[in-house]
Amino acid sequence: MLKKRSYFHTRSLPYLLILPQILITLTFFYWPAIQGIVASFQISDPFGFRTTFVWFDNFVALFTDPLYLKSIVTTLFFSGSVAIVSIACGLFLASMANRVLKFTTMTRTLLIWPYAIAPAISGILWLFLLHPSYGVVAIGLENWLDIDWNPLLKSSNAMLMIVMASAWKNISYNFVFFLAGLQAIPKSLIEAAAIDGASPFRRFWTITFPLLSPTFFFVTVMTIIFSFFESFGIIHAVTQGGPGGSTNILVYKVYQDGFIGLNLGSSSAQSVVLMGLIILITVLQFKYVERKVQYTG
Amino acid sequence: MMVEKTPVLDTFTYVSLVVGIVVVGFPILYAVIAATLSIEEVSRVPMSMIPGDQLFNNLSEAWNRGDLGTQLFNSFVMASGITIGKIVVSLFGAFSIVYFDYRLRSVAFAAVFCTLMLPVEVRILPTYEMAANLFGPLQSVWSALGLDGIVSWFVGHDIEVSLEFSLLDSYAGLILPLTASATCTFLFRQFFLTIPEELCEAAKMDGASPMTFFWKILFPLSKTNIAALVVIEFVYGWNQYLWPLLITTNPKMTTAVIGLHHLLPSPEDPPDWHIAMAGALIVMLPPVLVVLFMQRWFVKGLVEREK
Repeated sequence: MLKKRSYFHTRSLPYLLILPQILITLTFFYWPAIQGIVASFQISDPFGFRTTFVWFDNFVALFTDPLYLKSIVTTLFFSGSVAIVSIACGLFLASMANRVLKFTTMTRTLLIWPYAIAPAISGILWLFLLHPSYGVVAIGLENWLDIDWNPLLKSSNAMLMIVMASAWKNISYNFVFFLAGLQAIPKSLIEAAAIDGASPFRRFWTITFPLLSPTFFFVTVMTIIFSFFESFGIIHAVTQGGPGGSTNILVYKVYQDGFIGLNLGSSSAQSVVLMGLIILITVLQFKYVERKVQYTG
Repeated sequence: MMVEKTPVLDTFTYVSLVVGIVVVGFPILYAVIAATLSIEEVSRVPMSMIPGDQLFNNLSEAWNRGDLGTQLFNSFVMASGITIGKIVVSLFGAFSIVYFDYRLRSVAFAAVFCTLMLPVEVRILPTYEMAANLFGPLQSVWSALGLDGIVSWFVGHDIEVSLEFSLLDSYAGLILPLTASATCTFLFRQFFLTIPEELCEAAKMDGASPMTFFWKILFPLSKTNIAALVVIEFVYGWNQYLWPLLITTNPKMTTAVIGLHHLLPSPEDPPDWHIAMAGALIVMLPPVLVVLFMQRWFVKGLVEREK
């Protein structure tokens, strides 16, 4: 592990300096995480008087529950769609902005603001745009394309609405990263390929895209994490998991089963599943980052 | 970068950028227009795209109806608390990990970095229980050791010791659990590792104490990184949703982003979308301003986080 060659030799000071971080981490991270894992192996009666240790029963119940399996499918579809839309738009806009020598800062300013907007507010803005009675986009869909649009009642419409709200919020984040990644690619490589007669699109796929792949990977991971967890605000403010559970993604289900349904065992088991998932993603990311260092170094 | 001149591609580039900017900006533009209209105008189908003159009426109506004054204050306290808390805790933490050598250094490092990227959303229930009673762990240890029995035997009658200290409906409860994040510490550590060794050697040769070195050299050098993190963490704190939703039950303690959802018209109410949009504009303004005015630092900070 890295440290400085020259360092201080004070005895107690380093402990004092790291103490706040350790205390907060222990109190709000390790203790709750352990409690959560313990609770996932127990069932308690609704009043919380008695708890019984049941080994893996909660997990077995979870993975045989059609509602949970449906929630997994919903989450995967939701995250996949958000990732595809926001990454495609972010990458496209970034490569366009990178072609323009002037106005880069202005373009960035005009594209960056959705980043600052809370997911819940993004959800509210899109609910208004897509509202069956008042939304301009909804009315356009009905009048011009003759689509019976109602995200408040129809599952597929509701899903589309939260995908739009999440993807829109994420485009600016992805744009900033892709633009920074593109600007870091040596211009001489592109020029050499241009002299050899490669077309702009060929240059993009054979030079730019491979060199951008670490950024691409990072952005994908961040978008998936965003859509798994931070989209909670969108779901809670706009659809509340409905209609008919069609937007009940995993993180919303943890909240619903734990805080509304008071099913502590099941909710804890769901939290443990999510924890395992995110640990897996983090490990994968670090492995990839290491490879990237070898590649460039 | 324009490597060669291709008029068709150049036109395509500019057109795409303009379309992209308009599409990305449209939801906000639409909200701004809706916030300037009266209820008759906003419920006309389709809504007029020409701004009206009701902006200030709608803003003040949203402000009063949603009790936004109180909630914006709460959001501000929460966002600033998280920002300052995270930065202070992680500056000292990273300083300790990088510039000292002590026995538990690797343990501390590993313990902190295991928390990297594990958001509060995956451990909501137990974290909530923890916040509901901060002395929960002590209580468990107490019961596990059967101390109740020993004390009862000692004092001669049955007693039950219950330790309670709740963070529910408090600013500390809104702030403290969200300062448990390793991302800032990781960033400062990476940055400290790039600072030349000679600076520390020179400081030591001049007889500077570790804290003098920290305040006179390390802190000034970190200013750019701190500025970037201020933007990122302020936006993060302001936009928190799940945690404030759980920890506050008193409407006077809730945050603006959550309170906003009470301004949304339900199917039975009159379609007050102009008020809802005016409220949304008020609540989104502080983080948007922070990002726009500190864009340079913010972009640097975001991109550095990747490394």
